[in-house]
Amino acid sequence: MSKKIKIDPITRIEGHLAIEVVIDDGVVKEACSTGTLFRGFELILQGRDPRDANRLTQRICGVCPSSHATASALCIDDAFGLTDKIPDNAKLIRNLILGSNFLQSHILHFYHLAALDYVDAVSAVGDLALFVPRYEGDYRVPDEANAELVKHYLMALDIRRKCQEMLSIFGGKMPHNVGIVPGGVTEKPTEDKITNFLWRLNEIRDFVDNTYIPDVISVAKVYSDYFEIGKGCQRLLAYGAFDSSNGELFKPGVISEKLEHETFAPENITEDVKHSWYADSTSGKNPAQGQTKPEPKKQKAYSFLKSPRYKGKVFELGPLARMVSNYVQGHAKTKELVDSVLGEFDAGVDALYSVLGRHAARALEAKLVADVMVDWLQVLKPGEPAIVESHIPDQAEGIGLTEAPRGALGHWMTIKDKKIDRYQVITPTTWNASPKDDNDQPGPVEQAIIGTKVKDTDNPFEIVRIVRAFDPCLACSVHLLNAKGSELGVFKVV
Amino acid sequence: MHTKEYPVIWLQGAGCTGCSVSILNAVSPKIQNLLLDEVVPGHQLNLIFHATIMGGQGDPVIKVLKDAEKNRKGGYILVVEGAIPTADDGIYGTIGRTGDKHLTIKQSVLDLGSSALLTIAVGTCAAFGGIPAAEPNPTGCKGLKELFIDEGVDTAVVNLPGCPLHPEWFTGTISMILFSGADSLDLDKLGRPKLFYGQLIHENCPRRADFDKGKFAEVLGDSGCLYKVGCKGHYTNADCPLRQWNNGVNWCIRAGAPCLGCVEPEFPDDTSPFYEKITFEDLR
Repeated sequence: MSKKIKIDPITRIEGHLAIEVVIDDGVVKEACSTGTLFRGFELILQGRDPRDANRLTQRICGVCPSSHATASALCIDDAFGLTDKIPDNAKLIRNLILGSNFLQSHILHFYHLAALDYVDAVSAVGDLALFVPRYEGDYRVPDEANAELVKHYLMALDIRRKCQEMLSIFGGKMPHNVGIVPGGVTEKPTEDKITNFLWRLNEIRDFVDNTYIPDVISVAKVYSDYFEIGKGCQRLLAYGAFDSSNGELFKPGVISEKLEHETFAPENITEDVKHSWYADSTSGKNPAQGQTKPEPKKQKAYSFLKSPRYKGKVFELGPLARMVSNYVQGHAKTKELVDSVLGEFDAGVDALYSVLGRHAARALEAKLVADVMVDWLQVLKPGEPAIVESHIPDQAEGIGLTEAPRGALGHWMTIKDKKIDRYQVITPTTWNASPKDDNDQPGPVEQAIIGTKVKDTDNPFEIVRIVRAFDPCLACSVHLLNAKGSELGVFKVV
Repeated sequence: MHTKEYPVIWLQGAGCTGCSVSILNAVSPKIQNLLLDEVVPGHQLNLIFHATIMGGQGDPVIKVLKDAEKNRKGGYILVVEGAIPTADDGIYGTIGRTGDKHLTIKQSVLDLGSSALLTIAVGTCAAFGGIPAAEPNPTGCKGLKELFIDEGVDTAVVNLPGCPLHPEWFTGTISMILFSGADSLDLDKLGRPKLFYGQLIHENCPRRADFDKGKFAEVLGDSGCLYKVGCKGHYTNADCPLRQWNNGVNWCIRAGAPCLGCVEPEFPDDTSPFYEKITFEDLR
């Protein structure tokens, strides 16, 4: 018998998302992922001072604003011809700001967004209104360990706050840092700031090593069937990030389902719109040439998200993609971390393609970033420049590629008459939560859900656990790419 | 002692969740205290809806909203984060469904707002429209007060703008409400508590001496007053220089960055270009 389940809203994510599935004989046959808020950010950017994109695009997302700060700064640097002139100090401070944001975001994601799907908070703190109603049934962690995890939920609130405090040493404030600017960062590093940062970082590293990673492992041991659930498309994409004189910490890469690595080239990105509310004639364009013609009454469309694809194929982005990309390209520290955790479970790399694999990759990545931040602090040159002067060109194009906590992030800009003529953002959740493409291939989240056995359709834990493992960020994803002069049409999100 | 409980419903509209994240950065009281403890002796918040942190999902949590509207009339505080999309009857932003119909942010804010004891608009988007309402305002976004006036809702609105708002502007306002009642709030003509938004950044700026001496930064990274590189502190009303941000670690101007004017209704259209000098004449 066939049954349709609509989960609207999906909570404990950033933003507004709905998931609809059709279940047949207990197995998901179809899945639709729909973004339910639209702001039109790129239309708002048009005609503005190109430098302002760096301030405005951070406001796309309050959970990962530093990623947009980084991508937009790289994009503006590129358009202004500054990329090769950015001082090492500026690169490192940008990395430290983005790294701090990764730490706060990953810790927040595991403890405050995802954990309530596994940990029984009600049994530990009572019927707090915020925690009920909820899905009932499949809470398996033994009482004592459960109480400990709830304690860590509270402790992690302090730690994620401290990540923001650490970030603001160089970033000025969070959310929405002011430190990253076109041409570099606002302030030179000083010895006192470096030391201040280091000791805050040490406390956070201690938490990652001795609480976060062990908690992910202990939850995984109780829910080990979730190494088999939510496999997804098994093709992974990373743009790379965290550039320093040692190269990039995250290696860009295109990873096939057979774990073969291919060099990433942004020209191979296209965006399909067959199932999105945009004109079919605009489908299949690279973001640098992307156009959007809204078509409000388009039949069979079901999302404001377009469907980004690489060489026409579906790719998953995020910590899993980054860790596997680093792993297959032989990054020693990544390999050591991944192998040690897989060893705990007697599992192969395949196990990473799963709900728990995504959580594990995120936790290990937090450690990778936190540890290398110590190195970056030590090569900062106190008192030396951290910015170069910038001038707005009359005409230019720019591209800024980096990684957000949720996956690869790209900004594209065209400048005409010293103003933004076109600005385009493709975020990781646009890829991960995308609808079907022109060849009717479902997006990564949809693929991860399809085929899943749902034990209790009144409490479909499996579906929300799969969705949240991707750490969706919807504020980032729903946007309008504006062809010059195009008017926003009348949408009907029905 | 009997604890007086204040149910709180936190709705998110067209925004970025940054104001919620900022509240998570609160220090004293911390978010844990706001959720679990008597924030002031004998008075406790009871957060019954917040999509980013609540346990449940789907229809059952929408029912929580519907129940509050019906059964807690005049007995809860509605917090709104994000602007309210109003174009095409609000279809650009939905927060769930009732039956087979999409429940728009606009409808939820109006329904819950009408029955609330008090509404608090957190952040500049909710207070004045903010970035989603910036030119060309593609989705017809409005701030809460403007929506209420247009739709004839007369529930009181307290505005706590900022992009994001400072967590203490929220915890401080809550403290005033719990200690002395909502009527005790001393608000400016834009509905902001004077305690937090009563002085210009410029009045308390650590670089004020540079301004007075005519020592100006010419490019970002220079020392001196940031007026010529676009600082909007001369017409922005907030206590950032005194309070500072992120547990007192830093704030915009101390980090060498010009104030964006993010607490003002003119943000962002008339406080930008952000790196260009804007004089009082420009503003008029």
